[in-house]
Amino acid sequence: MLAKRIIPCLDVRAGKVTKGVRFLGNLDVGDPVAMARYYYEQGADELVFYDITASNERRGIMIDVVRAVAREIFIPFSVGGGLRTLDDMRAVLLAGAEKVSIDSGAVRNPNLISEGARAFGRQCIVLSMQVRRSENAGCKSGYEVIIDGGRTPSGRDALAWACEGERLGAGELCINSIDRDGTKLGYDLEITASISKSVSIPVIASGGAGEPRHLLEAFTIGVADAAIVASIVHYGEHPIPELKRYLRDNGVEMREATSPKRSGQ
Amino acid sequence: MIAIVDYRAGNLTSVARALEHLGHHCEVTDRADRIRAADQVILPGVGAAGATMENLSRLGLIEVMRDEVIAAGKPFLGICIGIQVLLDRSDEDDTRCLGVVVGNVRRFPSVIDGKPLKVPQIGWNRVRQRLPHPIFDGIPDQSHFYFVNSYYPLPTDPAVVIATSEYGMEFCAALAKGNLIATQFHLEKSGAAGLRMLDNFCRMKA
Repeated sequence: MLAKRIIPCLDVRAGKVTKGVRFLGNLDVGDPVAMARYYYEQGADELVFYDITASNERRGIMIDVVRAVAREIFIPFSVGGGLRTLDDMRAVLLAGAEKVSIDSGAVRNPNLISEGARAFGRQCIVLSMQVRRSENAGCKSGYEVIIDGGRTPSGRDALAWACEGERLGAGELCINSIDRDGTKLGYDLEITASISKSVSIPVIASGGAGEPRHLLEAFTIGVADAAIVASIVHYGEHPIPELKRYLRDNGVEMREATSPKRSGQ
Repeated sequence: MIAIVDYRAGNLTSVARALEHLGHHCEVTDRADRIRAADQVILPGVGAAGATMENLSRLGLIEVMRDEVIAAGKPFLGICIGIQVLLDRSDEDDTRCLGVVVGNVRRFPSVIDGKPLKVPQIGWNRVRQRLPHPIFDGIPDQSHFYFVNSYYPLPTDPAVVIATSEYGMEFCAALAKGNLIATQFHLEKSGAAGLRMLDNFCRMKA
Protein backbone atom coordinates (compact mmCIF):
# COMPACT_ATOMS: atom_id res chain seq x y z
CA MET A 1 0.00 0.00 0.00
CA LEU A 2 1.18 3.45 -0.85
CA ALA A 3 2.19 5.50 2.18
CA LYS A 4 0.76 8.96 2.83
CA ARG A 5 3.42 11.65 2.47
CA ILE A 6 4.46 14.46 4.81
CA ILE A 7 6.01 17.33 2.86
CA PRO A 8 7.69 20.20 4.74
CA CYS A 9 7.51 23.48 2.88
CA LEU A 10 10.32 26.02 2.93
CA ASP A 11 9.81 29.57 1.73
CA VAL A 12 13.01 30.94 0.26
CA ARG A 13 13.72 34.58 -0.45
CA ALA A 14 16.99 35.53 -2.11
CA GLY A 15 18.54 32.21 -1.13
CA LYS A 16 17.45 32.26 2.53
CA VAL A 17 14.62 30.50 4.35
CA THR A 18 12.33 33.29 5.47
CA LYS A 19 10.00 31.85 8.09
CA GLY A 20 11.70 31.94 11.45
CA VAL A 21 12.60 28.36 12.02
CA ARG A 22 13.94 28.57 15.53
CA PHE A 23 14.18 25.13 16.98
CA LEU A 24 17.70 24.01 16.28
CA GLY A 25 20.55 25.08 18.46
CA ASN A 26 23.51 25.16 16.14
CA LEU A 27 21.90 25.08 12.73
CA ASP A 28 21.86 28.07 10.43
CA VAL A 29 18.10 28.10 10.17
CA GLY A 30 18.21 30.55 7.31
CA ASP A 31 20.18 28.10 5.18
CA PRO A 32 17.83 26.14 2.90
CA VAL A 33 20.43 23.43 2.35
CA ALA A 34 20.91 22.83 6.07
CA MET A 35 17.14 22.85 6.57
CA ALA A 36 16.62 20.40 3.73
CA ARG A 37 19.22 18.06 5.18
CA TYR A 38 17.60 18.31 8.62
CA TYR A 39 14.15 17.38 7.33
CA TYR A 40 15.61 14.63 5.15
CA GLU A 41 17.25 13.11 8.22
CA GLN A 42 14.00 13.51 10.19
CA GLY A 43 12.17 11.33 7.69
CA ALA A 44 10.36 13.88 5.51
CA ASP A 45 8.95 12.05 2.48
CA GLU A 46 9.46 14.93 0.10
CA LEU A 47 10.23 18.65 0.30
CA VAL A 48 8.86 21.70 -1.41
CA PHE A 49 10.64 25.02 -1.86
CA TYR A 50 8.75 28.17 -2.73
CA ASP A 51 10.86 30.89 -4.23
CA ILE A 52 9.22 34.06 -2.99
CA THR A 53 11.90 36.26 -4.50
CA ALA A 54 10.15 39.13 -6.18
CA SER A 55 12.34 39.71 -9.20
CA ASN A 56 13.40 37.60 -12.12
CA GLU A 57 16.99 38.72 -11.75
CA ARG A 58 17.18 36.85 -8.49
CA ARG A 59 16.09 33.55 -10.03
CA GLY A 60 19.69 32.45 -10.45
CA ILE A 61 20.11 32.42 -6.69
CA MET A 62 17.29 29.90 -6.37
CA ILE A 63 18.86 27.71 -9.03
CA ASP A 64 22.05 27.62 -6.96
CA VAL A 65 20.00 26.62 -3.92
CA VAL A 66 18.30 23.82 -5.88
CA ARG A 67 21.65 22.55 -7.12
CA ALA A 68 23.11 22.53 -3.61
CA VAL A 69 20.03 20.82 -2.11
CA ALA A 70 20.11 18.14 -4.82
CA ARG A 71 23.65 17.20 -3.80
CA GLU A 72 22.62 16.63 -0.18
CA ILE A 73 19.21 15.01 -0.10
CA PHE A 74 18.02 11.88 -1.85
CA ILE A 75 14.26 12.16 -1.70
CA PRO A 76 12.07 13.98 -4.23
CA PHE A 77 11.64 17.71 -3.94
CA SER A 78 9.71 20.27 -5.90
CA VAL A 79 10.29 23.93 -6.54
CA GLY A 80 7.64 26.55 -7.11
CA GLY A 81 7.13 30.25 -7.14
CA GLY A 82 6.91 32.45 -10.20
CA LEU A 83 7.49 29.75 -12.83
CA ARG A 84 5.95 31.08 -16.04
CA THR A 85 7.71 29.43 -18.96
CA LEU A 86 9.07 26.06 -20.04
CA ASP A 87 12.55 27.50 -19.65
CA ASP A 88 11.83 28.42 -16.03
CA MET A 89 10.71 24.85 -15.43
CA ARG A 90 13.62 23.31 -17.28
CA ALA A 91 16.12 25.32 -15.25
CA VAL A 92 14.92 24.01 -11.88
CA LEU A 93 14.58 20.42 -13.17
CA LEU A 94 18.07 20.46 -14.63
CA ALA A 95 19.39 21.82 -11.33
CA GLY A 96 18.06 18.67 -9.67
CA ALA A 97 14.45 19.23 -8.60
CA GLU A 98 12.17 16.26 -9.21
CA LYS A 99 9.07 18.33 -9.85
CA VAL A 100 7.98 21.86 -10.56
CA SER A 101 5.04 23.50 -8.90
CA ILE A 102 3.13 25.94 -11.07
CA ASP A 103 0.40 28.24 -9.85
CA SER A 104 -0.58 31.69 -11.16
CA GLY A 105 1.48 31.10 -14.30
CA ALA A 106 -0.77 28.14 -15.17
CA VAL A 107 -4.00 30.08 -14.52
CA ARG A 108 -2.82 32.83 -16.87
CA ASN A 109 -1.54 30.34 -19.43
CA PRO A 110 -3.09 26.85 -19.03
CA ASN A 111 -0.95 25.59 -21.93
CA LEU A 112 1.96 25.74 -19.52
CA ILE A 113 0.58 22.56 -17.91
CA SER A 114 0.26 20.60 -21.14
CA GLU A 115 3.55 21.87 -22.56
CA GLY A 116 5.33 21.05 -19.31
CA ALA A 117 3.80 17.57 -19.20
CA ARG A 118 4.83 16.93 -22.79
CA ALA A 119 8.37 18.19 -22.29
CA PHE A 120 9.16 16.67 -18.90
CA GLY A 121 6.46 14.08 -18.17
CA ARG A 122 3.29 14.48 -16.17
CA GLN A 123 4.90 13.29 -12.98
CA CYS A 124 7.05 16.45 -12.99
CA ILE A 125 4.13 18.86 -13.01
CA VAL A 126 2.45 19.78 -9.75
CA LEU A 127 -0.45 22.17 -10.27
CA SER A 128 -0.62 24.22 -7.11
CA MET A 129 -3.72 26.27 -6.46
CA GLN A 130 -4.55 28.87 -3.83
CA VAL A 131 -8.24 28.52 -3.01
CA ARG A 132 -10.69 30.53 -0.91
CA ARG A 133 -14.36 30.15 -0.05
CA SER A 134 -16.31 32.35 -2.39
CA GLU A 135 -19.80 33.67 -2.96
CA ASN A 136 -18.95 34.18 -6.62
CA ALA A 137 -21.84 32.67 -8.56
CA GLY A 138 -19.43 31.31 -11.16
CA CYS A 139 -17.76 29.17 -8.52
CA LYS A 140 -20.15 26.26 -8.12
CA SER A 141 -17.93 24.37 -5.69
CA GLY A 142 -18.07 27.36 -3.37
CA TYR A 143 -14.32 27.90 -3.74
CA GLU A 144 -12.43 30.23 -6.03
CA VAL A 145 -8.86 30.12 -7.31
CA ILE A 146 -6.86 33.15 -6.20
CA ILE A 147 -3.65 34.13 -7.95
CA ASP A 148 -0.67 36.44 -7.46
CA GLY A 149 0.22 35.17 -4.00
CA GLY A 150 -3.36 35.25 -2.78
CA ARG A 151 -4.16 38.78 -3.96
CA THR A 152 -6.16 38.45 -7.18
CA PRO A 153 -9.42 36.48 -7.52
CA SER A 154 -9.25 34.63 -10.83
CA GLY A 155 -12.98 34.00 -11.22
CA ARG A 156 -12.22 30.31 -11.72
CA ASP A 157 -14.03 27.64 -9.76
CA ALA A 158 -11.53 25.61 -7.71
CA LEU A 159 -13.01 22.19 -8.47
CA ALA A 160 -13.40 22.93 -12.17
CA TRP A 161 -9.81 24.20 -12.37
CA ALA A 162 -8.52 21.08 -10.61
CA CYS A 163 -10.28 18.84 -13.16
CA GLU A 164 -9.05 21.03 -16.01
CA GLY A 165 -5.51 20.81 -14.62
CA GLU A 166 -5.69 17.01 -14.58
CA ARG A 167 -7.02 16.97 -18.12
CA LEU A 168 -4.21 19.24 -19.30
CA GLY A 169 -1.59 16.92 -17.86
CA ALA A 170 -0.83 17.81 -14.25
CA GLY A 171 0.66 14.85 -12.37
CA GLU A 172 -0.40 16.05 -8.93
CA LEU A 173 -2.56 18.78 -7.45
CA CYS A 174 -1.69 20.84 -4.40
CA ILE A 175 -4.68 22.54 -2.77
CA ASN A 176 -3.68 25.42 -0.54
CA SER A 177 -6.45 27.03 1.49
CA ILE A 178 -5.93 30.75 1.89
CA ASP A 179 -8.60 30.81 4.59
CA ARG A 180 -6.67 28.28 6.66
CA ASP A 181 -3.07 29.21 5.84
CA GLY A 182 -1.27 30.23 9.00
CA THR A 183 -4.34 29.70 11.24
CA LYS A 184 -3.35 26.30 12.70
CA LEU A 185 -7.07 25.42 12.51
CA GLY A 186 -6.54 22.45 10.24
CA TYR A 187 -6.71 21.89 6.49
CA ASP A 188 -9.82 22.80 4.53
CA LEU A 189 -11.17 19.27 4.34
CA GLU A 190 -14.22 20.09 2.26
CA ILE A 191 -12.48 21.34 -0.87
CA THR A 192 -9.60 18.88 -0.46
CA ALA A 193 -12.00 15.92 -0.36
CA SER A 194 -14.22 17.14 -3.16
CA ILE A 195 -11.21 17.59 -5.46
CA SER A 196 -9.57 14.32 -4.41
CA LYS A 197 -12.76 12.39 -5.15
CA SER A 198 -13.13 14.03 -8.55
CA VAL A 199 -9.65 13.42 -10.00
CA SER A 200 -7.49 10.36 -10.48
CA ILE A 201 -4.14 11.97 -9.67
CA PRO A 202 -2.64 12.47 -6.20
CA VAL A 203 -3.90 15.43 -4.16
CA ILE A 204 -1.76 17.29 -1.64
CA ALA A 205 -3.49 19.16 1.21
CA SER A 206 -1.93 22.46 2.22
CA GLY A 207 -2.55 25.26 4.66
CA GLY A 208 -3.64 25.17 8.27
CA ALA A 209 -1.86 22.27 9.99
CA GLY A 210 -1.37 23.02 13.67
CA GLU A 211 -2.01 19.70 15.39
CA PRO A 212 -1.14 16.09 14.50
CA ARG A 213 -4.85 15.29 14.19
CA HIS A 214 -5.10 17.81 11.35
CA LEU A 215 -2.89 15.54 9.25
CA LEU A 216 -4.99 12.52 10.20
CA GLU A 217 -8.11 14.40 9.09
CA ALA A 218 -6.48 15.44 5.82
CA PHE A 219 -5.66 11.80 5.00
CA THR A 220 -9.00 10.36 6.12
CA ILE A 221 -11.82 12.92 5.75
CA GLY A 222 -9.90 14.99 3.19
CA VAL A 223 -8.85 11.86 1.21
CA ALA A 224 -5.50 13.56 0.56
CA ASP A 225 -2.48 11.57 -0.60
CA ALA A 226 0.02 13.94 0.96
CA ALA A 227 0.09 16.91 3.31
CA ILE A 228 2.24 20.01 3.30
CA VAL A 229 3.49 21.06 6.73
CA ALA A 230 5.12 24.36 7.67
CA SER A 231 4.85 25.97 11.09
CA ILE A 232 3.77 22.70 12.75
CA VAL A 233 7.29 21.39 12.11
CA HIS A 234 9.30 24.61 11.72
CA TYR A 235 8.86 25.57 15.37
CA GLY A 236 9.65 22.13 16.69
CA GLU A 237 6.28 21.63 18.35
CA HIS A 238 5.58 18.41 16.50
CA PRO A 239 8.67 16.94 14.85
CA ILE A 240 8.13 14.67 11.85
CA PRO A 241 8.93 11.40 13.70
CA GLU A 242 6.25 12.26 16.28
CA LEU A 243 3.71 13.09 13.56
CA LYS A 244 4.44 9.82 11.80
CA ARG A 245 4.16 7.82 15.02
CA TYR A 246 0.79 9.41 15.75
CA LEU A 247 -0.50 8.77 12.24
CA ARG A 248 0.73 5.19 12.22
CA ASP A 249 -0.93 4.57 15.60
CA ASN A 250 -4.14 5.79 13.98
CA GLY A 251 -3.91 3.36 11.12
CA VAL A 252 -2.33 5.56 8.44
CA GLU A 253 0.37 3.91 6.33
CA MET A 254 3.56 5.96 6.74
CA ARG A 255 7.09 5.42 5.50
CA GLU A 256 9.55 4.35 8.14
CA ALA A 257 12.73 6.14 7.26
CA THR A 258 15.96 4.48 8.22
CA SER A 259 18.60 6.87 9.42
CA PRO A 260 20.67 8.11 6.50
CA LYS A 261 23.78 7.81 8.66
CA ARG A 262 23.27 4.21 9.66
CA SER A 263 23.19 2.60 6.30
CA GLY A 264 26.41 2.17 4.55
CA GLN A 265 27.82 5.64 4.05
CA MET B 1 34.14 3.42 -13.57
CA ILE B 2 30.35 3.21 -13.63
CA ALA B 3 28.66 4.27 -16.86
CA ILE B 4 25.26 5.94 -16.61
CA VAL B 5 23.64 5.56 -20.02
CA ASP B 6 22.56 8.92 -21.44
CA TYR B 7 19.65 8.33 -23.78
CA ARG B 8 18.33 11.91 -23.81
CA ALA B 9 15.55 11.37 -21.35
CA GLY B 10 14.86 11.21 -17.67
CA ASN B 11 16.73 12.68 -14.83
CA LEU B 12 20.23 11.35 -15.34
CA THR B 13 21.97 13.75 -13.03
CA SER B 14 20.16 12.56 -9.90
CA VAL B 15 21.66 9.08 -10.21
CA ALA B 16 25.09 10.60 -10.83
CA ARG B 17 24.75 12.82 -7.76
CA ALA B 18 23.75 9.85 -5.59
CA LEU B 19 26.80 7.86 -6.79
CA GLU B 20 29.10 10.82 -6.18
CA HIS B 21 27.65 11.19 -2.69
CA LEU B 22 28.52 7.52 -2.11
CA GLY B 23 32.04 8.11 -3.37
CA HIS B 24 31.78 6.13 -6.61
CA HIS B 25 33.31 7.35 -9.83
CA CYS B 26 30.72 7.58 -12.60
CA GLU B 27 30.31 8.99 -16.06
CA VAL B 28 27.11 10.01 -17.83
CA THR B 29 27.70 8.89 -21.41
CA ASP B 30 26.05 8.02 -24.72
CA ARG B 31 29.25 6.47 -26.15
CA ALA B 32 29.43 2.75 -26.80
CA ASP B 33 33.19 2.67 -26.09
CA ARG B 34 32.70 4.23 -22.64
CA ILE B 35 29.92 1.76 -21.86
CA ARG B 36 32.23 -1.07 -22.98
CA ALA B 37 35.01 0.26 -20.75
CA ALA B 38 32.80 0.55 -17.66
CA ASP B 39 32.90 -1.90 -14.77
CA GLN B 40 29.18 -1.46 -14.16
CA VAL B 41 26.40 0.06 -16.24
CA ILE B 42 23.25 1.85 -15.08
CA LEU B 43 20.22 2.58 -17.26
CA PRO B 44 18.23 5.10 -15.23
CA GLY B 45 15.31 7.18 -16.11
CA VAL B 46 11.99 8.74 -16.18
CA GLY B 47 10.27 8.58 -19.52
CA ALA B 48 8.15 6.64 -21.91
CA ALA B 49 9.08 3.19 -23.23
CA GLY B 50 8.67 4.17 -26.88
CA ALA B 51 10.87 7.26 -26.67
CA THR B 52 13.45 5.40 -24.63
CA MET B 53 13.77 2.57 -27.16
CA GLU B 54 13.88 5.03 -30.05
CA ASN B 55 16.64 7.03 -28.43
CA LEU B 56 18.68 3.96 -27.51
CA SER B 57 18.34 2.74 -31.07
CA ARG B 58 19.20 6.09 -32.64
CA LEU B 59 22.28 6.36 -30.42
CA GLY B 60 23.32 2.85 -31.48
CA LEU B 61 23.38 1.59 -27.89
CA ILE B 62 21.01 -1.38 -28.07
CA GLU B 63 23.55 -3.98 -29.22
CA VAL B 64 26.29 -2.87 -26.87
CA MET B 65 23.96 -3.00 -23.89
CA ARG B 66 22.32 -6.27 -24.83
CA ASP B 67 25.33 -8.19 -26.13
CA GLU B 68 28.41 -6.67 -24.54
CA VAL B 69 27.02 -5.69 -21.14
CA ILE B 70 24.03 -7.84 -20.19
CA ALA B 71 24.82 -11.05 -22.10
CA ALA B 72 28.49 -10.72 -21.14
CA GLY B 73 27.59 -10.68 -17.44
CA LYS B 74 28.76 -7.17 -16.64
CA PRO B 75 26.82 -5.81 -13.64
CA PHE B 76 23.86 -3.90 -15.04
CA LEU B 77 21.23 -1.93 -13.16
CA GLY B 78 18.00 -0.70 -14.72
CA ILE B 79 15.91 1.84 -12.83
CA CYS B 80 12.24 2.68 -13.51
CA ILE B 81 11.96 2.82 -17.30
CA GLY B 82 15.28 0.95 -17.14
CA ILE B 83 13.49 -2.14 -15.80
CA GLN B 84 10.63 -1.92 -18.27
CA VAL B 85 12.74 -1.86 -21.43
CA LEU B 86 14.37 -5.16 -20.41
CA LEU B 87 11.23 -7.14 -21.16
CA ASP B 88 9.95 -8.25 -24.58
CA ARG B 89 7.19 -5.70 -25.05
CA SER B 90 5.55 -2.78 -23.32
CA ASP B 91 1.89 -1.80 -23.55
CA GLU B 92 3.11 1.78 -23.45
CA ASP B 93 3.08 2.93 -27.09
CA ASP B 94 3.01 -0.82 -27.95
CA THR B 95 6.80 -0.84 -27.86
CA ARG B 96 9.16 -3.67 -28.70
CA CYS B 97 11.79 -3.66 -25.95
CA LEU B 98 15.22 -5.26 -25.40
CA GLY B 99 13.85 -8.73 -24.72
CA VAL B 100 16.52 -9.82 -22.25
CA VAL B 101 13.84 -10.82 -19.73
CA VAL B 102 10.87 -12.84 -20.99
CA GLY B 103 7.57 -11.10 -20.35
CA ASN B 104 5.68 -7.88 -20.90
CA VAL B 105 5.01 -4.49 -19.36
CA ARG B 106 1.42 -3.72 -18.40
CA ARG B 107 -0.49 -0.61 -17.38
CA PHE B 108 -2.07 -0.41 -13.93
CA PRO B 109 -5.86 -0.62 -14.31
CA SER B 110 -7.65 2.60 -13.41
CA VAL B 111 -10.34 0.64 -11.59
CA ILE B 112 -9.70 -2.41 -9.46
CA ASP B 113 -12.45 -4.37 -7.67
CA GLY B 114 -14.83 -1.53 -8.45
CA LYS B 115 -12.58 1.01 -6.74
CA PRO B 116 -10.70 3.73 -8.63
CA LEU B 117 -6.92 3.42 -8.64
CA LYS B 118 -4.85 6.58 -9.09
CA VAL B 119 -2.48 6.14 -12.03
CA PRO B 120 0.41 6.91 -12.03
CA GLN B 121 1.36 5.56 -8.67
CA ILE B 122 3.36 8.39 -7.07
CA GLY B 123 4.92 7.94 -3.67
CA TRP B 124 6.51 5.58 -1.19
CA ASN B 125 5.52 1.94 -1.23
CA ARG B 126 6.69 -1.10 0.69
CA VAL B 127 8.97 -3.52 -1.12
CA ARG B 128 8.73 -7.15 -0.12
CA GLN B 129 11.88 -9.15 -0.70
CA ARG B 130 10.86 -12.40 -2.39
CA LEU B 131 14.26 -13.94 -2.96
CA PRO B 132 17.55 -13.30 -1.19
CA HIS B 133 19.94 -11.21 -3.25
CA PRO B 134 23.15 -9.29 -2.41
CA ILE B 135 21.49 -6.09 -3.65
CA PHE B 136 19.37 -6.24 -0.47
CA ASP B 137 22.37 -6.32 1.91
CA GLY B 138 21.50 -4.17 4.91
CA ILE B 139 17.96 -3.43 3.69
CA PRO B 140 15.16 -4.48 6.05
CA ASP B 141 12.37 -6.40 4.33
CA GLN B 142 9.26 -4.25 3.67
CA SER B 143 11.30 -1.02 3.48
CA HIS B 144 9.65 1.84 1.61
CA PHE B 145 10.95 3.03 -1.75
CA TYR B 146 9.88 5.87 -4.01
CA PHE B 147 7.82 4.92 -7.07
CA VAL B 148 6.52 6.94 -10.00
CA ASN B 149 4.95 4.60 -12.53
CA SER B 150 1.88 3.94 -14.62
CA TYR B 151 3.24 0.64 -15.96
CA TYR B 152 4.78 -2.39 -14.25
CA PRO B 153 6.90 -5.32 -15.47
CA LEU B 154 5.33 -8.76 -15.65
CA PRO B 155 8.10 -11.32 -16.20
CA THR B 156 6.96 -14.77 -17.28
CA ASP B 157 9.47 -16.56 -15.06
CA PRO B 158 8.68 -15.98 -11.36
CA ALA B 159 12.24 -17.00 -10.49
CA VAL B 160 13.55 -13.61 -11.68
CA VAL B 161 11.19 -11.64 -9.43
CA ILE B 162 13.28 -10.77 -6.38
CA ALA B 163 10.85 -8.23 -4.89
CA THR B 164 7.21 -7.28 -5.16
CA SER B 165 5.05 -4.40 -4.08
CA GLU B 166 1.29 -3.79 -3.83
CA TYR B 167 -0.62 -1.19 -5.75
CA GLY B 168 -4.15 -2.37 -6.32
CA MET B 169 -2.50 -5.74 -6.90
CA GLU B 170 0.87 -7.33 -6.29
CA PHE B 171 3.42 -6.48 -8.97
CA CYS B 172 7.10 -7.09 -9.69
CA ALA B 173 9.10 -4.28 -8.07
CA ALA B 174 12.58 -5.68 -8.72
CA LEU B 175 14.03 -8.46 -10.81
CA ALA B 176 17.42 -10.11 -11.16
CA LYS B 177 19.03 -12.58 -13.50
CA GLY B 178 22.71 -13.16 -12.94
CA ASN B 179 24.43 -9.79 -12.86
CA LEU B 180 21.38 -8.07 -14.30
CA ILE B 181 19.36 -6.22 -11.68
CA ALA B 182 16.49 -3.83 -12.14
CA THR B 183 14.09 -1.94 -9.92
CA GLN B 184 10.81 -0.23 -10.71
CA PHE B 185 11.42 2.21 -7.85
CA HIS B 186 13.83 5.12 -7.87
CA LEU B 187 16.87 4.13 -5.82
CA GLU B 188 18.30 7.63 -6.20
CA LYS B 189 15.21 9.19 -4.59
CA SER B 190 14.53 6.59 -1.92
CA GLY B 191 16.54 8.04 0.94
CA ALA B 192 19.00 5.94 2.91
CA ALA B 193 17.56 2.60 1.76
CA GLY B 194 17.91 3.58 -1.89
CA LEU B 195 21.46 4.81 -1.42
CA ARG B 196 22.37 1.57 0.30
CA MET B 197 21.04 -0.50 -2.61
CA LEU B 198 22.90 1.68 -5.10
CA ASP B 199 26.04 1.19 -3.06
CA ASN B 200 25.47 -2.58 -2.99
CA PHE B 201 25.20 -2.56 -6.78
CA CYS B 202 28.35 -0.48 -7.23
CA ARG B 203 30.30 -3.09 -5.26
CA MET B 204 29.25 -5.93 -7.55
CA LYS B 205 31.97 -7.34 -9.78
CA ALA B 206 31.67 -9.02 -13.14
